[in-house]
Amino acid sequence: MNIAVCVKQIPDPATPGELNPDTHTLKREGKLILDESDSYGVEMALQLAEAAGGGEVTLVSMAPNNEVSGLRTALAMGAAKAVLISDDALQGSDSLSTAKVLAKAVERVGGIDLVLTATESTDGYSGTVPEQIAELLGWPSLTFAKHIEIADGKATIQRQTEAGYDVVEASLPAVVSVTAGVVEPRYPSFKGIMAAKNKPVDEVKVADLGLSAEQVGWAGARQKIVDVRAAPAREAGEKIEDEGDAHEKIVAFLEQLKVI
Amino acid sequence: MGLSKIWVYAEADGDKPATSTLELLTKARELGDSVECVFVGANAAALAGALGEHGATKVHAIDNGDVLAGVIGGAALAKLIEADAPDLVLFAQTYDGRDALGRLSVKLDRPALTNGVALLVEGDKPVVGTAIFGGNTLVDTEFEGEKPYLAAIRPKSFAAEPSGGAAAEVVALDAVDAGRAAEAKVLERHVEEREGPKLEEAPVVVSGGRGIGSAEAYEPLVEELAKLLKGASGASRAIVDAGWVPYAKQVGQTGKTVKPKVYLALGISGATQHLVGMKGSDNIIAINKDGEAPIFSVADLGVVGDVHKVVPKLIEALKAHG
Repeated sequence: MNIAVCVKQIPDPATPGELNPDTHTLKREGKLILDESDSYGVEMALQLAEAAGGGEVTLVSMAPNNEVSGLRTALAMGAAKAVLISDDALQGSDSLSTAKVLAKAVERVGGIDLVLTATESTDGYSGTVPEQIAELLGWPSLTFAKHIEIADGKATIQRQTEAGYDVVEASLPAVVSVTAGVVEPRYPSFKGIMAAKNKPVDEVKVADLGLSAEQVGWAGARQKIVDVRAAPAREAGEKIEDEGDAHEKIVAFLEQLKVI
Repeated sequence: MGLSKIWVYAEADGDKPATSTLELLTKARELGDSVECVFVGANAAALAGALGEHGATKVHAIDNGDVLAGVIGGAALAKLIEADAPDLVLFAQTYDGRDALGRLSVKLDRPALTNGVALLVEGDKPVVGTAIFGGNTLVDTEFEGEKPYLAAIRPKSFAAEPSGGAAAEVVALDAVDAGRAAEAKVLERHVEEREGPKLEEAPVVVSGGRGIGSAEAYEPLVEELAKLLKGASGASRAIVDAGWVPYAKQVGQTGKTVKPKVYLALGISGATQHLVGMKGSDNIIAINKDGEAPIFSVADLGVVGDVHKVVPKLIEALKAHG
């Protein structure tokens, strides 16, 4: 079974984000890392391919400046190869443009049975890309999976719901978005890290995918940021050190709020 | 200035409209001359009263049978829009809302603005407000290009208020062809028992983070305290990623927004990812070992201490309080 995993390379979420003052887009110039949300999809793909008795796991990623650091992490986990779409024309791309690029990249890989994605990225988190990729490919999508099984040409998932979960199935090829915590991602081994350096990364431009510059980036996004401002700050209140009686303060506070 | 026609993608919570749907209707009737709903499910008639009471005049309804709701939602909306396009279609940023919106945006080739926390109209253009960087920065984005505009709004962004309107007229839609997407079928539904209120609607929310130490500590610390305070239990992203609790409990940017009367953060450091989902709470109580943790910058009462010491005593005190 051949699986494509959509992965995003993002600025380290531990460092404060910044907007580019001219474009109001997130600054993504520095070193990028593999979005932790995507490590679950990569791990899931590796496990599913192994359980199916073989097949290749291919990464698909869109990033500025031919950035590969995050891809190398996922390749070190065990993915076989990657397609990287990097093009100045992609700056300002919204979720739909991103989905167009990723769907075309999946088609470029060819012979894919299953596309795995996270439910949303950590930095942009628009939250619609998986369904958009599926619709562009004309495939079913099984979203918000917290468990996946593949058998007899079908994917069956436990789909997170407000009330619990639904068991949902669809025939392959399909797109499945996985929630964080669905599996425990492996740490890349030293051998894996060394091997990753030589794994193939197919670097492509927008035009190579048969898309025009008008369909992606600022032109494709068809939206304009009209204002950016600081939110009203929330004031901190009282801070105490627990000396064995902090619970009494909390009880008193809850009483004052008439919660108890 | 307003918009002439706004549609709301309605969702149900049992036999009632979801609160997030009523929130959207309340805002839609403020911004639009006419407000209609599109609903996927079997029980539109049961919802028509409450939808009308919140401002919808019509409910376009389609029964999805066992097909994943958002798939039919996207296809039904596309078909309706072909005949009679509104200015704006609003979705709640929910599981099914995101499915329907993603599908529809491709069918219409229109961008979707998501994660909205505010909505206004400038001239004849809707403007969607979002909160980024842990809610420290607000960004307003205006649609360009052709109508209809598509937007998803995070639940709890607006208050739901009835307008006293008459029941909405239910208009049944014919079956739609969603292609291979309709192969996604729901085989079983599992309802997990929940004591107490829903996370997004609870007056008290108790959330746990990495500081609780282990998955096993969640029940006796977080859930027990939530139960005693008749609240709901939530979680930081760190412990959802670790697989300790399901994604549905996650509070924050990639999870839910909550605005309870009291929010208790147990062992949560307060990454920006988390703060954006809870800093709108009326009152925040935080317990954390690290006195420098960012959670204290938003806490009304901050306790620098060990949750494993403070919380069991708090639970005992609340039990004694009765």
